[in-house]
Amino acid sequence: MTESVNQGNSEAVPDARETERFNLLVLPHLNSAFNLARWLVRNRTDAEDVTQEAMLRAYRFFSGFHGTDARSWLLQIVRNTCFSWMEKNRPPEPVAEFNEELHMPNSVTPESLAIAGNNRERLSEALEALPPRFREVLVLRELEGCSYKEIAAITSMPIGTVMSALSRARTQLQVALVGSAQQEAPREL
Amino acid sequence: MSCNFPGATVHGYLDGELDAVRAAEFERHLEECPECVAALDAQESLRSSLQRANLYENTPLGLQQKILAAQRALAPAVPSSRRVFAQWLAIAAALILIAWSCWRIIPNLTGPNSQSAVAAQVVDAHLRSLEPGHLTDVLSTDQHTVKPWFDGKLDFAPPVQDFAADGFPLTGGRLDVVSGRTVAALVYARRKHFINVFIWPTRESDSYPLLGAQQGYNWMSWRKNGMAFWLVSDVSTSDLEDLQHLLSR
Repeated sequence: MTESVNQGNSEAVPDARETERFNLLVLPHLNSAFNLARWLVRNRTDAEDVTQEAMLRAYRFFSGFHGTDARSWLLQIVRNTCFSWMEKNRPPEPVAEFNEELHMPNSVTPESLAIAGNNRERLSEALEALPPRFREVLVLRELEGCSYKEIAAITSMPIGTVMSALSRARTQLQVALVGSAQQEAPREL
Repeated sequence: MSCNFPGATVHGYLDGELDAVRAAEFERHLEECPECVAALDAQESLRSSLQRANLYENTPLGLQQKILAAQRALAPAVPSSRRVFAQWLAIAAALILIAWSCWRIIPNLTGPNSQSAVAAQVVDAHLRSLEPGHLTDVLSTDQHTVKPWFDGKLDFAPPVQDFAADGFPLTGGRLDVVSGRTVAALVYARRKHFINVFIWPTRESDSYPLLGAQQGYNWMSWRKNGMAFWLVSDVSTSDLEDLQHLLSR
């Protein structure tokens, strides 16, 4: 699970100087870490525990960080910690399929979307109902503003897959949104 | 479907991830493909809904302190000859920590000014400052002009320094209002952008910096030597980190 995190590096508690460096370089990204965990595990209390666990994991493996992008490095650890935590604590969720192209029903128009998207609660529920792999790319792109390259690094997805994952995630979110707005029967996917 | 562009192309275009050639090709294609135009409209509508809904959730107050406490608990163990003493020390430390948590964390949780609420106010103050004529009350790149300007206007002396040599020239200062109190606002330029630095005294203990984003603006906040600092700008978070480093030097 932490293959690219502890690759070639053993776990070691950083000394005072390294701790200070960690706290100035990695700890400032606590909001990003928490926000990703919150949307993956889907509640604030569990997200707080998982974020703390991930942050300490990052701290112990800090000697393995040699890059410049501390946020991506941390978010990779956060998402791995979240997925392990969900495996242990949650029933399996629907798996995201990337293969075929999903066609948008005719009912999904910019107008129907604008109406459906106007409701924060509905939007939040529709996002939470997506498979976790889709939630994660959407949160990274739309809430964190990550580039495809960063998303690829965080999720260990090939960069070419990021675009198709986002495409499917957004389509599924739109279908769910308009569907819930029209109070129709569950969407057929 | 007559369209020969893969359906995901519209997403690459929307996200600004197509290279220039491919983007130009797709733009020409949009002129003759109503399906792709409709798909792009739908995606833009979804994006603006997501932005308006403001779904970003900031970390609970006190989590940074919990992580720092857990770091201290991981610190190397004391040699065994001193174990008994160390155990007593640990108990005493735990009691102090509990007392300190009650004093520190609980007021934070119940306090009216959550991180997000303050962030929203400083971002609003930043937006107001960008309206014509609102950025600075004292327009000067000279810290020796800006610093005395605050005298008598505030009940504290904000640290004023120019960082032109490091790429963050001081542009001026003004008074602003955050959480109902008058605060100092320093304005630094970064290339063609402005960074507002809001400063006010606080009784809370020092903290490490925390980054966040609100309404498309990046912010960074920390407390040091009895002062709360909030940086807000549309520059990158790494620029904010550089300025944070300079201000804390």
